[in-house]
Amino acid sequence: MAVTEGAAAETLDVERVRADFPILAREVNGRPLVYLDSAATSHKPQRVIDAVADFYARHNANAHRGIHTLGEEATELYEDARARLARFFGAPAPETIVFTRGTTESINLVAQGWGRTVLREGDEILLTEMEHHSNIVPWQMTVEVTGARLRYIPLTDDGLLDLSGLDALLTERTKVLGVTGMSNALGTITPLAELIAAAHAVGAVVVVDAAQLAPHHAIDVAALDVDFLAFSGHKMLGPTSSGGLYGKAELLERMAPMLGGGEMISEVFHDHATYKSPPYRFEAGTMEVAEQVGLGAAVAYLQELGMDAVRAHERAITAYALERLAEAGATIYGPTDPAIRGGAVSFWYKDVHPHDLAQILNEEGVAIRAGHHCAQLVMRRYGTPATARASFYVYTTTQEIDALIAALATAEAIFA
Amino acid sequence: MALDDIYKEVILDHYKNPRNKRPLERATVSCTRNNPLCGDEITVLANVEDGTLREVAFQGAGCSISQASASMMTEAVAGRPVEEALDLAAAFRGMMAGEVEPTEERFGDLVALKGVVRYPIRIKCAVLAWDVLQESLAGDGEATATSIH
Repeated sequence: MAVTEGAAAETLDVERVRADFPILAREVNGRPLVYLDSAATSHKPQRVIDAVADFYARHNANAHRGIHTLGEEATELYEDARARLARFFGAPAPETIVFTRGTTESINLVAQGWGRTVLREGDEILLTEMEHHSNIVPWQMTVEVTGARLRYIPLTDDGLLDLSGLDALLTERTKVLGVTGMSNALGTITPLAELIAAAHAVGAVVVVDAAQLAPHHAIDVAALDVDFLAFSGHKMLGPTSSGGLYGKAELLERMAPMLGGGEMISEVFHDHATYKSPPYRFEAGTMEVAEQVGLGAAVAYLQELGMDAVRAHERAITAYALERLAEAGATIYGPTDPAIRGGAVSFWYKDVHPHDLAQILNEEGVAIRAGHHCAQLVMRRYGTPATARASFYVYTTTQEIDALIAALATAEAIFA
Repeated sequence: MALDDIYKEVILDHYKNPRNKRPLERATVSCTRNNPLCGDEITVLANVEDGTLREVAFQGAGCSISQASASMMTEAVAGRPVEEALDLAAAFRGMMAGEVEPTEERFGDLVALKGVVRYPIRIKCAVLAWDVLQESLAGDGEATATSIH
């Protein structure tokens, strides 16, 4: 595979990685595509595309239903993907991985299935101001039903969690701590081990949004002792609508289903039903079988690259981008030390509005994100309605960062 | 270059030197709206007397397209009866839908925005100020201050 030993750390052979991603060969507006929007969604290696196509071409059937050969093959592929994800995240058993359509659905499942079962008036849910809307709104919906109260860990001017007042925020009233592993808007990597230990000390359950962390960092849920961890397959080389939720077995056991229907029940009577054990209790109806099989292939690909090499590449490319953007006169939002941040870099370039900037860059084949990144609490905290964001992954090259910097000059020429 | 279609001189001029971007103490109607796509926010203020928009102003921040469109709009509708302003809003929306061929005579500077039609996501930016104007004039055009957020 495309991994070689570097001088300091394992590094990726990025050119070999790129050859695995057919979309990277295309042009946009007559220029080679420079895709700097992987935090929104990553591209897919041929192996993942093949896994999905092969599922439909050779094994297509509904999982956990048919007695026939295709049904058995589909079930086996689906469960193999679950087992692979469990190993990837260091989960103790495949049954601790619930398949969902991604982080948003996973957090909604916890907020409803677990939160509404357990939370009472007077209880507190502690979030952070750097959360994505998907780790805020589901809890607000739970608050409406349960009467629990939301509190927030504030942010420092440097884009870090301000933990100076944590003792006052994290108390015996706190029943849930919801925290991102890495901010999609600021790039900040949060001190999960420290936060989980502090939350457990007061008896709170910790829900980690790993949508941005999981694609770039090795995560060991058992070593971290995290209670719930939500992830999105499409941000880690897998198909859209793939992803899942890790939950400790004893918590999943106490969690109510969010959707009722076929395949999640043991027995159905006129007035009630009994449910299957986790994870099947939470997988009502026909699931995204082909997509989760594709995610299994994506995770296998990441394992072969090696997550240490993936992180080392992210760190190196982020350091380069931060340096070049600063030289060009961009204002960076979030920490500037690559050791404590990931490869999602929010910035303003001079006075060019992010929407205008994204449009002008697109004309040169450079794809970035512009907007509030579903993190309006972050935008409000730093007094801007929107930022431009360049984000990187295993296939991002320093030449692509150079193309971004060169395109900034075009924007400046138009708006100067 | 295709960017010339959208970043025309007249658009950049309205963006850099917005007309009527100010508070309006005599405003009888006002409304604030944001673009959920980007978080940009625009407030439109108008002084309506005897069914006519005597003065129109706007406030807020946004991209060049939303700001230029707001600036051009304040010039285009000021002095017009409410009905005429709403007709122009409908015509502008028609232009953004590619259904109305704009004429310089009817649209003035707004003609410059027709290039935006080729960029579907930016159409929302261009119509934001018009949405807010319509919202503020909603109902019978009575002089009641509204602030919808």
